[in-house]
Order: sequence, then structure tokens, then C-alpha cells
Amino acid sequence: MKILVCMKQVPQKDAPLKLNEAGTWIREDLSYEVNEPDAYALEEALRQKEKHGGEVVVITAGPARAQQVLREALAKGADRAIHLEDNAFVALDAANTAGSFAAAIKDEKFDLIFTGLQSDDYGYAQTGVVLAELLGWPHATIIMQIEKTDGGIRVKRELEAGYFQFVDMPLPALLTIQSGINKLRYATLIGIKQAKNKPLRKIALAEVQSAIGVNMQKIERLYVPQKTKNTEFLEGPPAEVAKKLVEKLRNEVRVL
Amino acid sequence: MPDVILVILEQREGRLNRVSWETLTAGQALAAETGWTLEAAVAGHGVTNFANEVGGKKVARVYAVESPKLEPYTPDAFAAGLKQFIESKQPKLVLMPHTYQVRDFVAKLATAMGRTAISDCIGYKKDGDKLLFTRQMFQGKLAADVSFSCEAPWFVTLQNGAFRGDKVEAGAGAAPVETVKVEIADGTIRNKPQEVFKEAKQAVDLTQAEIIVSVGRGIKEQKNIELAKQLAEALGGELAASRPICDSGWLPMDRQIGSSGQTVAPKLYLALGISGAIQHLVGMKGARTIVAVNKDSEAPIFEIADYAVVGNLFDVVPPLIEEVKKARAGA
Repeated sequence: MKILVCMKQVPQKDAPLKLNEAGTWIREDLSYEVNEPDAYALEEALRQKEKHGGEVVVITAGPARAQQVLREALAKGADRAIHLEDNAFVALDAANTAGSFAAAIKDEKFDLIFTGLQSDDYGYAQTGVVLAELLGWPHATIIMQIEKTDGGIRVKRELEAGYFQFVDMPLPALLTIQSGINKLRYATLIGIKQAKNKPLRKIALAEVQSAIGVNMQKIERLYVPQKTKNTEFLEGPPAEVAKKLVEKLRNEVRVL
Repeated sequence: MPDVILVILEQREGRLNRVSWETLTAGQALAAETGWTLEAAVAGHGVTNFANEVGGKKVARVYAVESPKLEPYTPDAFAAGLKQFIESKQPKLVLMPHTYQVRDFVAKLATAMGRTAISDCIGYKKDGDKLLFTRQMFQGKLAADVSFSCEAPWFVTLQNGAFRGDKVEAGAGAAPVETVKVEIADGTIRNKPQEVFKEAKQAVDLTQAEIIVSVGRGIKEQKNIELAKQLAEALGGELAASRPICDSGWLPMDRQIGSSGQTVAPKLYLALGISGAIQHLVGMKGARTIVAVNKDSEAPIFEIADYAVVGNLFDVVPPLIEEVKKARAGA
């Protein structure tokens, strides 16, 4: 199976975020890491390849710094990488990002495309699904298991509130992968060494420009959410606090 | 003709889910503010009863979007059926709940129509003629006001708990209900979904609970969970936890609240020893009333608490259980 994994570099989870002067984006002088669900998507692709053979290709869109995500993926076992390299990719909406990916892989024939189920920065949860639609492929989201079947694949979708569902799908197909679907591997020293010789194709913005339109949605303002609540602190010895709280639950919250 | 706001409610397993009503509440508020007409739709096979139920609310019209091919749910059928329906009605704004089902098809639907969806919104603002939709970014550390820069229809999905489902206004009379049959061509549906099932035997749906007592790292040891359980029982509520507690196996995963667990909006959420990491807050901040007990006065949970107790939960909870029992006994 030939599998493409779409990956994204996002600010590190604990990185303190500062707004730019216009208040429309963050200042980008911070630490980055791979978007967590994308790491699981890559791991799943590597496992599928180990089982069924084939090739794992990783793709990302972003400035030079984003290459780190591809290098790590190659070190973990991906066969080659595609880097849509330009600062402009950071500000694209999901439709344009997906359009860029579709343009970049137009001469390739993949059986499967994996993405993480959403990104930790924008959190659209859309890029994968849009890409499937642009390619005319079936898709399934929030996947927790993938098995090859005679006619295609059987995937396990996570639904709300502890429910799941198996879905049979033909190939090619696009899947968005849930964190926790597998256990992530670490890159080995040999893997890191080998990664240096693996192909990494760079694609400039101009090469996919025709697939990019005006963003259909626009961030007008980015800000730190304000505290909206008036918190009432209940004080005193525990027995007294308990009495006060029950009085609130009874008369204000009205649940008793 | 005035512009139309179309709310598409979600029915699963014989009922309309709560976040659908929340979305209708948002639609009513937006209609009041914009002067646009509010219409609603339920899609599926044999959904007239659901449409009638929605017709009891303050809406101008309800559509039952019907096709046998809409059952069971597949993204192919929903995107095809709703595209046909939306193209025939041409609403300005389409609101949907940000459920797992909607997030499975909304981007496909919007793309098929050459449009975009602003997903997982927690509110809206009217800025002159411009409608802005507020969504969380960077896992809730920042918020963004987002506008559409394309033609209608505009697709928006709303986060679970962002609006109050119990605030949905009833209509003066029953709204007209119209059945719209959509044609979904053979071969459209490529996925074959199997039966929906539950993994865990005693899986609980915390989204329906009115009272939730939730524990975090501050509970310290597995045996102390019992204390929280007693409080939950006294209150007649459900027991839940933050992710670290479930990762440790002290409570099953199906009791986890937060971005990777369930998102709830109960009447009362009582957080015991939960610091309030953003991944947890996104799952419960829609609660009507939040009570937090934590010994760290700087804990972020207090930022969103209505009632705060700075103290040791092991001192506070035992007398609280007694007081609750007394109150419930009518003392």
C-alpha cells in the first residue's frame, strides 16, 4: 500500500503564545513540534507498511522550520517527503491547504491518505475531509483501527460517548486518525542517519499557486479570551463552607 | 425575500441530541439580531416526527429532508442530500452542531458547494453588517473572531455547550413542516457502515447528566475516589474525572471529561482537585454552574468557577456530603 501522511508543525503545547501587533496572528518566535494526531497518523502508516508492504510518503506545508517534522518522519521510517515550503502556507484556510496538497500529489497514485483528526493550532478538523472531496475519494474520520480487507479496508470510527462503528470502504480512501490509535515509536540512531539520504522534494508556492484561491474565511481578530465569570469564594472552616455551598446549591443553583 | 438562517438538527437513535437544541437556540438569537428568517431541518429516513417536534419551537418552517439512503448515516449521502436541499432553499447561513457526525461531513458538503465552514464556534458577534463567529484556537489559549469572505451559504458548526439548549424558545403555534425528498443517485454511497456499538460494558453518556462530580489529580490516590463517589451519589449525579485519573485507570475512560473525553454542559459541575488544564475546561465550561474545590488559589479552574472553595478537598467533602444528605432529606 502506498500511503501519504499529511503532517503539520504547530506551536509546542506549553509554548507561551504572544499576539502580533495587528492582533491577527501569533508571534512566531517560539518552539514548534509535530501536531500530535499527525504523529499517530504517521505511526499508523508505518505499521500498515510493515504489515502489507508499500511506501510511506509524508507531506507538510509551511516555512523552512516545518522541515523538521519531515526529517523526524523520515527518521522514524517514512520513505520520502514533500515540503510545500513557504511562509504563506501558514495563513491558508483548510480549503486552500487541501488544494495545495492535491496539486502537489497530482502525479502520484496513493492507496491511502492519512491526516491527524485536527490540528492543535487552528483546530478546523477539516483539511483531510476537504482533500478527500477534492480528490473525489471516500473518507472516514476519527479512526481508531484499520484493517485491510479483500475489497478495501475496514476502519473503526470513534463516535461520541464511548460508541464506535466499523465501516467498510473501498480504496483509495482518506482517513483522519485519532490520537491513541497506536503507540508511537522513537526514531533510532540508524533511522536518523538514514533519513539524511532519503528524498525530500521541495515545492515552491508558485508551483501550486493555481490551486490556491482567496481564503473563504478570515481571522479578523485573535485575542486572549476574557474571564466572563464572577467567582464567589466561599470561606470559613470546612463545616461552614459545606453549609454555605449547600445553601447555594439549593437556592441559587436549584439542584437540591 | 429575507435572508434565511437554516439550522440542521441531528437525530440519532430515536432522538434529537441536546447540542442540536443548543444550535437552535443560537439560531433563534441570531435571527432576532439580524432580522433574518429562521428555518430548521432534520435529515434522515422517516424523520417527520423529529421535524414536528422542532416545529413546536419558534421557527418559521421545518423541513424533513428525506431519503431512504440517508439511513444509516454516511458522509457521501449526507453531503449529496444536503447539498441538493441547500441549493434548492438557498439559505444565507447554515448552522449545525459540531458533533462527530457533522464534523465527518460538513467540510465535504461545504467543499462540494465551493464554500467553507467555520467550525467548532463558541459564539457570534455582529459588527456592523459583518457577522463574526468566535472559535477557539491553540487549544483554547486564544480565541479568534472569524468572518466569511465568500458568498453564501455560510456554514457554521457550534461547539457542544456553547449555547443553552434549555433556552430554546417555544413557538406561538406549530410551525409548518414540509417534507423534502432528496434524490441520492445509486453509487453515491461508497462507505458501508456497520452497527454502532459500545466498547465498554457500562459506558455512560455523561452528556445527559444534570449533575456531575468530577475528580482530578488532587484526589491523590485511587481509594479516595470513593469519597467523590459518595458525594455524587448524595447529589444524585454522575462521577467523572480529568484525563490523568482515567489514564491511571482509577476510573474508566468513559468517565473522562475534556477534549479527548466527553464534553458536558450539566446544571452543576463540581470539580474536586482539578487544576483546570485547557483540555479539561473545553469539556465542561458549558456547565451552567461550576463549583471548584482546590487547594491552589491560582488554579485556572477558578477562572471559570461560579463558586470557589480554596481548601483541602478531604476537609471539605465529608461535611459537604452530610449537608447534601440533610438537604435532600428535607431537613
